[in-house]
Amino acid sequence: MKALDRKLLRDLRLMWSQALTIALVVASGIGGFITCLSAVDSLARARDRFYADAVFADVFASVKRAPAALADTLREVPGVADVQATLEQVVRIEIPGVADPIIGQLIGVDRRVPQRMNRVGISRGRALDSASATRADGSIETLVSEGFALAHGLKPGSRLNALINGRQRSLVMVGSALSPEFIFAGLWGMPDARGFGVFWIDREALAAAYDMQGAFNRVAIKLAPGASEQAAVDGLAGRLSRYGGREAHGRNEQTSHAMLDNEIKEMRVLGTVLPAIFLGVAAFLLNVVVSRLVSTQREQIAALKALGYANRAIAVHYLKLVLLIVLGGLLLGVAIGDWLGTLLTGLYAEFFHFPRFDHGVAPWLWLVSAGITIATAVLGTLNAIVATVRLPPAEAMRPPAPGNYRRTLLERLGIRRMSPALRMIVRNMERRPLRTGLSIAGVAAAVAIVIMGNFFRDAIEVVLDTQLTLGLRGDITVWTAEPVDDAMRLAMARLPGVTQVESTRFVQVAFSNGHRRERTMIRGYGARAELYRVIDIAQQQTLLDGRGLVLTDRLARKLDLRVGDAVQVQVLEGRGRTLEMRLGATVSEMMGLNAYMDREALNRMLGDGDYTTGYVLAVEPGRQTQVLQAIKALPRAAGAWSKSTMLRNMEEISARNIRIMSTIMTLFASVIAVGVVYNNARIALAERAWELASLRVLGFTRAEVSALLLGEMAMVITIALPLGMLMGWGLTQLFTELLQSDQFQFPAVIRARTHAWAALCVVAAGLASALVVRRRIDRLDMVSALKTRD
Amino acid sequence: MPSPPSADVVFHVHQLCKTYQTGEVAVHALRNVDLDITRGEFIVLLGPSGSGKSTLLNILGGLDVPSTGQVMFGTQDLSAASEAELTAYRRHHVGFVFQFYNLIPSLTVRENVALVTDIVEHPMSVDEAIDRVGLTPRRDHFPAQLSGGEQQRVAIARAIVKQPEVLLCDEPTGALDYQTGKLVLEVIARVNAEIGTTAIVITHNAAIAGMADRVVSLGDGCIQRIEVNTKRLKPSELSW
Repeated sequence: MKALDRKLLRDLRLMWSQALTIALVVASGIGGFITCLSAVDSLARARDRFYADAVFADVFASVKRAPAALADTLREVPGVADVQATLEQVVRIEIPGVADPIIGQLIGVDRRVPQRMNRVGISRGRALDSASATRADGSIETLVSEGFALAHGLKPGSRLNALINGRQRSLVMVGSALSPEFIFAGLWGMPDARGFGVFWIDREALAAAYDMQGAFNRVAIKLAPGASEQAAVDGLAGRLSRYGGREAHGRNEQTSHAMLDNEIKEMRVLGTVLPAIFLGVAAFLLNVVVSRLVSTQREQIAALKALGYANRAIAVHYLKLVLLIVLGGLLLGVAIGDWLGTLLTGLYAEFFHFPRFDHGVAPWLWLVSAGITIATAVLGTLNAIVATVRLPPAEAMRPPAPGNYRRTLLERLGIRRMSPALRMIVRNMERRPLRTGLSIAGVAAAVAIVIMGNFFRDAIEVVLDTQLTLGLRGDITVWTAEPVDDAMRLAMARLPGVTQVESTRFVQVAFSNGHRRERTMIRGYGARAELYRVIDIAQQQTLLDGRGLVLTDRLARKLDLRVGDAVQVQVLEGRGRTLEMRLGATVSEMMGLNAYMDREALNRMLGDGDYTTGYVLAVEPGRQTQVLQAIKALPRAAGAWSKSTMLRNMEEISARNIRIMSTIMTLFASVIAVGVVYNNARIALAERAWELASLRVLGFTRAEVSALLLGEMAMVITIALPLGMLMGWGLTQLFTELLQSDQFQFPAVIRARTHAWAALCVVAAGLASALVVRRRIDRLDMVSALKTRD
Repeated sequence: MPSPPSADVVFHVHQLCKTYQTGEVAVHALRNVDLDITRGEFIVLLGPSGSGKSTLLNILGGLDVPSTGQVMFGTQDLSAASEAELTAYRRHHVGFVFQFYNLIPSLTVRENVALVTDIVEHPMSVDEAIDRVGLTPRRDHFPAQLSGGEQQRVAIARAIVKQPEVLLCDEPTGALDYQTGKLVLEVIARVNAEIGTTAIVITHNAAIAGMADRVVSLGDGCIQRIEVNTKRLKPSELSW
């Protein structure tokens, strides 16, 4: 080993604590990067593999009822490569001993012909028996979606009841299954493993129950390579409209695909933006530490130069030192990222169901991490190294000229009543404004990233609070299979335990303005609703009374509509027709592309009677189960769910995941905060050891000397805290902008708790560093500090 | 007029000036210095602090460049050399010894010397260099474990291991006691005699002048006088 490389290793050993904190900062950045991106990469790989193996369809359409022969004519639509027609129905499911309402999606499969698309894979038990669809006792064999089976502990042989076309039928589970259509299973885009299940049964049995022999109501399309999705969608819509066809759509409107896609996009942003900030801080920290280190070795550098070492060789020597430190961080970061990514993948596996879902760090992630790490190190330190190495050797051998101290701004402004210690602190800070500024910026960045790490948790709480506490104030939501006369409301109100009822009407529509077109539904709520309210991002209620059509601002923008503009509304259910409406108002909402109207005005607009498609009930505490049971007995109620169940599902899955993610990010950010503060303190100590030892020689006590250094640190932190909170606010705004999608607008809120935690992290790091520094001041060797001036 | 450089002249210095900017003060370290140094000579630069001797030595060693004037090393013009050329010059031709040794504290004796053998073409062996300064028993020690004299001998070993044409010593005994100082001077004199290295030694200790071929006295940035010793003393014969 070359002598210079030995020097490198020994220097590294000497500065191990600083090297360690820097490596940890780099590890945090890379760890965050690998955690998010490896999990999301594994998710995308599992999805792509599943889609390919199970031949996931490209376009989906529903009809009311179409003859089987129509399927063949759909093949003629340009761009269509294959067509698979199925029969599907949504039913109420009951499991003995489970009070919560359950929605089941029954899918009819032809037991004799293998599926060509959306193939169902058996994960447990066996496939449907090709010999007999129904057993002797009249029960129907079924495959159950894996997530649902797991959530309810169902095994082959378990029995459930389904209300199929008004008749109670018994289903017998023969196996659990996975489908690319239901990787994510839930209602209304919320994960709900308990309340929603998919059941594959014999197609003929399902057809017989609904009198749909020789007919289908769902169709899946595989596009030819390179075919236009939109052309196929339009072609299908034309041929299906006669059969009560609702609009065909591509994968992007398929619930499971859209949820996966959304998760992947969000994680990509999260995995890119946060680590970028972390690594920026790491680069900054490296710069400060390395420039300091290089300047303490000023004389050694001069000696090396005198021996004939070229500038480049010396610069490379210091770069190697930096690279060793950050590569240590890289390895640690990849290891942590791999571990946390596996954890995250495990969490994903709870609500994204794949036949194979394993976590791995792809080679490209390794390469990109290494590239980012090296770039960070080189960019962060090159200027510091080059500046010192460039010093002419004769100059490097002389001690630097004494700094130009002068009266501080505060003193010149006339504030003279400063203690000598305070004066020294302030003068020292003012003399090197750049370094002081960088120290403050470093600590402020630490505060800001801790805030960023916590931000998601704050945001999800506000979202939940807005949607489920302020928006939906009722306890139970009931919906009907078809629009019904509002007279049913009385039946609801009479259920024991129900204190208040509000009617809602939801209508599937497509809005169009010129060439712009958006499918959604108009939600008809009460004019001055109390149980189901429209709440904007500022948590204020928007009353629908007399406003006409109200759209989420994002939807209005997508349609290029301003208040007062006319919009074409195509009704996609019942007898299809197109109406013209005017946009009455817009509302800024966090989630979804929604349209609202006063329910009665909506009914008038549609020319219908006093119709509803659902009810929101307020229920006396403790009587929910009883009310849910009673609702099951009402024949026209298709389903019901309770807010508490939904909250529980949210809490258990998505909110929990975000919390875990947020905790991980907060931990990483806290490590960085500690790294910044500790290094700042160590550097300050090293720079001023000589001065402090001189003061000790003059008779200053240890406490007085410590106060000088720690006082400066305290001042830096004090200035950095509010600045960091401001930076955190700015980053949060930027982050919500970056994360904004069609569906979501995260509220840029920071709770007081988050500010407190960020401050606590930094102050705690400051105190811990102060203890270390104080110990070092106590051990300050006065004689040797005076002999060698570094 | 200075005489034209002859084949035996190692350094030819002509009208050399150096001005420094230290903080807010301009320092004229050297003013119009003329000097020729011959191969194998032992030169002592004498003068009070601030007389410009270190500046002259640094310029001769390629650590610094003149403000005006010319310095020739053989046929190479050091005053017009680029940074890379100066580095190569130091690497191949010059050995330095400093007052405060300037050892790399994190490297052992052998490793400090090996720093040089790693980068030059025909060095003597590390062990030989260490042996020449009498430090073989201490070769695996770190600088902090050595006395000042020992550290300075390491610096000399480091300087001579490349078999340099010139050995430049800046106050090599300045930080050492009497006995140790003599020991160090003996090593320098031996290298000068045995390897034929031109040695230029800075000191403000006039007693050391006795061991030189010529003594150049500087004051206020100018050469005050040059004395030629007809008989060189051995370091053991010096006393101060």
